[in-house]
Amino acid sequence: MVAATRIKEHWREQQLFNSRILLTVFMLLGLAALVIIRLVQLQVLKYEYYSAASSGNQIRAEPIPPIRGLILDRNGKVLAENKPSYQLEITPERVPDMQDTLNRLVAARILAAEDLGELRELLRSRRSFETLVIAEHLDDEELAAFAVRRPHFPGLEVRARLGRSYPWGEAAAHVLGYVGSLSAEDKRQFDPVEYAGTTHVGKSAAERSFEPALHGTSGHEDVVVNAHGRKMQVLKRVRPLPGKDVILSIDLDAQLAASNALAGRRGAVVAIDPDTGEVLALTSTPGYDPNAISAGLSRRAYLALQEDLDRPLFNRALRGQYPPGSTIKPIVGLAGLHFDVISPQKRMYCGGAYSLPGSSHRYRDWKPEGHGSVSLYEGIEQSCDVYFYSLARDLGIERMGGFMREFGLGASTGIDLEGEQSGVVPSPAWKKKAFRRAAGHVWFPGETVIAGIGQGYMLATPLQLAHATATIATRGKRFKPTLLRGTRDPATGTIEYQAPKPLPAVDDQDAQHWDAIIEGMHGVMQGPRGTARAVGSRAAFPIAGKSGTAQVFSVAQGQKYKASEVDERRRDHALFVAFAPLDAPRIAVAVVIENGESGSKAAAPIALDVINAYLKPAPAT
Amino acid sequence: MSNPLLNISTESRSRVEQNIPARVLRVLHLDGPLLIGILGVLLFSLLALYSAEGQQIGELLEQVVRMLIAFGALLFMAQINPGWLRRLAPIVYAVGLLLLILVLATGEIGKGAQRWLDVGIRFQPSEIMKLGVPLLLCWLLHERPLPPSPGVVAVVIIATFLPTGLIAVQPDLGTAILIMLSGAVVIFLAGLGWRYIAAAAALAAAAMPVLWMVMHDYQRKRVLTLLDPESDRLGAGYHIIQSKIAIGSGGVFGKGWLNGTQGQLEFLPERHTDFIFAVIGEEFGLFGALALLAIYTFVVGRGLYIAANAPDTFTRLLAGTLSTTFFFYVFVNTAMVMGLIPVVGVPLPLVSAGGTSMVTLMGGFGILMSIHTHRKLVAR
Repeated sequence: MVAATRIKEHWREQQLFNSRILLTVFMLLGLAALVIIRLVQLQVLKYEYYSAASSGNQIRAEPIPPIRGLILDRNGKVLAENKPSYQLEITPERVPDMQDTLNRLVAARILAAEDLGELRELLRSRRSFETLVIAEHLDDEELAAFAVRRPHFPGLEVRARLGRSYPWGEAAAHVLGYVGSLSAEDKRQFDPVEYAGTTHVGKSAAERSFEPALHGTSGHEDVVVNAHGRKMQVLKRVRPLPGKDVILSIDLDAQLAASNALAGRRGAVVAIDPDTGEVLALTSTPGYDPNAISAGLSRRAYLALQEDLDRPLFNRALRGQYPPGSTIKPIVGLAGLHFDVISPQKRMYCGGAYSLPGSSHRYRDWKPEGHGSVSLYEGIEQSCDVYFYSLARDLGIERMGGFMREFGLGASTGIDLEGEQSGVVPSPAWKKKAFRRAAGHVWFPGETVIAGIGQGYMLATPLQLAHATATIATRGKRFKPTLLRGTRDPATGTIEYQAPKPLPAVDDQDAQHWDAIIEGMHGVMQGPRGTARAVGSRAAFPIAGKSGTAQVFSVAQGQKYKASEVDERRRDHALFVAFAPLDAPRIAVAVVIENGESGSKAAAPIALDVINAYLKPAPAT
Repeated sequence: MSNPLLNISTESRSRVEQNIPARVLRVLHLDGPLLIGILGVLLFSLLALYSAEGQQIGELLEQVVRMLIAFGALLFMAQINPGWLRRLAPIVYAVGLLLLILVLATGEIGKGAQRWLDVGIRFQPSEIMKLGVPLLLCWLLHERPLPPSPGVVAVVIIATFLPTGLIAVQPDLGTAILIMLSGAVVIFLAGLGWRYIAAAAALAAAAMPVLWMVMHDYQRKRVLTLLDPESDRLGAGYHIIQSKIAIGSGGVFGKGWLNGTQGQLEFLPERHTDFIFAVIGEEFGLFGALALLAIYTFVVGRGLYIAANAPDTFTRLLAGTLSTTFFFYVFVNTAMVMGLIPVVGVPLPLVSAGGTSMVTLMGGFGILMSIHTHRKLVAR
């Protein structure tokens, strides 16, 4: 070994060691300087940055959702409110023995045994101080069952939450809509800051349309939280501003009357105040229970609603498009007068069928033996088809269709609800767009003929029909249909009303023209041979109306339509429009009953019920 | 009057009679300045722990008990004559190595690593090696002429790498690095030629990619996280981000004792153990952190002074190594907490909660005191 040959030189080694110690000292001082420089960098140079980061770490703004506004009818009756619903909540860290507690909850019939697995999974995934809802919508019995056992359940608490409640249930479902948890789409649409704490948002109809007013302004709490999110202290509280109460133009009595009258049928009723365009009633049946939907339906229950053949979620009043049938005749008649094609006195012979010159195709009247000699008045009163076949041909589709559009047909009315359909007023130009194949582009004269009695391609929603009827009642003055009458500040009680929104009036100033068709409609209800005189005679006031029947299923040439032979869902739709009182109309109604067969028999009584509920006349003597 | 002890004392009677504490220190073989420095650090520890542990007096008392045990270790080591220690050195090393092998075979798993051995009391055999490796290396070198010959250097390297490797596979990278560093310090203080040092540095640089290859995923992640903590805000980066926020938001004067939000609101992970320096930085600010560093520097300085005045090669190397290594502990921990080096899981010496490392460290200080206090007797 080399080492063995070397001698240990103590003095030199001491020198060497001391020099190394000195080097070490310098090195250590260098490292110490590094630490100090870093300290200064963090604590002095970047102090502001880290100080802000530290505050941001511990202070969190927690949203406080505002209380949703009420929905009231035009007379202040409550249509939608917030009611406490009770739920059972568990705070795991305060439960001494979770297993035992869960078992006893099952024994007390507060929890179902089959839900335990899922619940345990949930409990595992949450932090122990986070409160978890274990049972929702407790009824009185369940509340009582828990109340007596409460001392045995530390860590469990019954909490009231405000839930949306609709006292009239299904009766106003399609006009009020419902609320539900925010979907991804909702989150895009609404301000995420304002809706941070909001659990439920309006999903359809009024709840959706007036969401901005109903929602209110979110408040927040600045809380100090620790790293696990546990609240340690509240620094500041900004109270939320409750949403405004929304006053609808709906008249609850009319609404309930419509709903009751339609019960058990598929159909829709829309009633409008002709002088303002305010919607007084809007019903679509079958409906759904908005309370159940707002509380949260199970997936299966929701699918059942969606797949129901009767389509309870479908708002027929806004979205149902039906051939208007004979309800269109007064407008066709007015068009005839307007374009000077006919005069009120001009008579026409009805032999039960109409044929275009040079064609053998027979357009049947609903009365096979014919109406004989018919004036405009009688044509409307008795709903003579031949009169209007002939008139339609003389007017031509362009003039007739154009005039119908002036009544708001064939286009959305612009009501303050979402999802309205626009219906169809056909024309050669429309047909070119609607049909893809070139063969479909030709407009046949016969198509003009049947448009005269509201058949063929023509489609209108109940809302459009009500609007058009209201337009007849005002003799051409039009207002956009509106549901929102005003908003009320819940704190001050001040109400802000909406002004009616006028639309371009119908271009006919001749009072005689209007008198003629309104008289005809009066005749329908209260004339000697009026189609709905059975109903009109029950009215305590002069009233105007028009029945209609819309074919769902076309009957072949030479055959007769027999209701008994036709499948229930292919029977004709029954329609009726009416307004009252005659000289100063306050309400215009449109009724559609799917497969109701006869407008005057099935739909007219409903129209009268709604009118009576709204006008509340003294009982007829 | 024939008592030999009394004869010794008569020679220095004038000093002893003037100063009773000094006499106590001498009898107990303690070094006054070093003791004051250590007590200063321990006082800091108690203040910071009381705050970091949510002001629970019970946990604080536990730490006080650990401190007393550690002080017992210091007292014990201080009584052992360096000559005895030198003779014991190979045995300590061999026992430590044996236990390391044992822990790999049977050891308990704590926090995903096998470090603990349960023999009545739980302890980490790697702690023994923090003293065992320097002891053995100093024993190896003290008889041989310095600077060490290549053969001796090779033996030193093997003796260092053997336990380091065993500890690294536990895996406890932090302790492995520290022990490796202690080996490097011994051989540096022994006067290793500059050529060797340069070669070792080159070799270390070349070994980096190899090291990267053998690192565990979590270790790689820590390195990557150091380079860009923001890349992993909620994972490994969370520790560094939160501790930097804690220290930075402390500012010059700190948020005040018990007022540190990062620590009190539990944003700071491991705040009573590895990350206690962040609590100190947050609550006592730059001044507090510098004060602690000053005390540490004083302790290390005193240790190096003892080394410079040590009577022979063994004690000289041992004192120098223990002092320098202690400083490295401080540096590695503070640099880690401030995001200068990757998180390696090294506690702040004498301040972090926990007993094992404190016993070793205090034992080391006991050795330092022994070297210093026995020196005079030997010299005489």
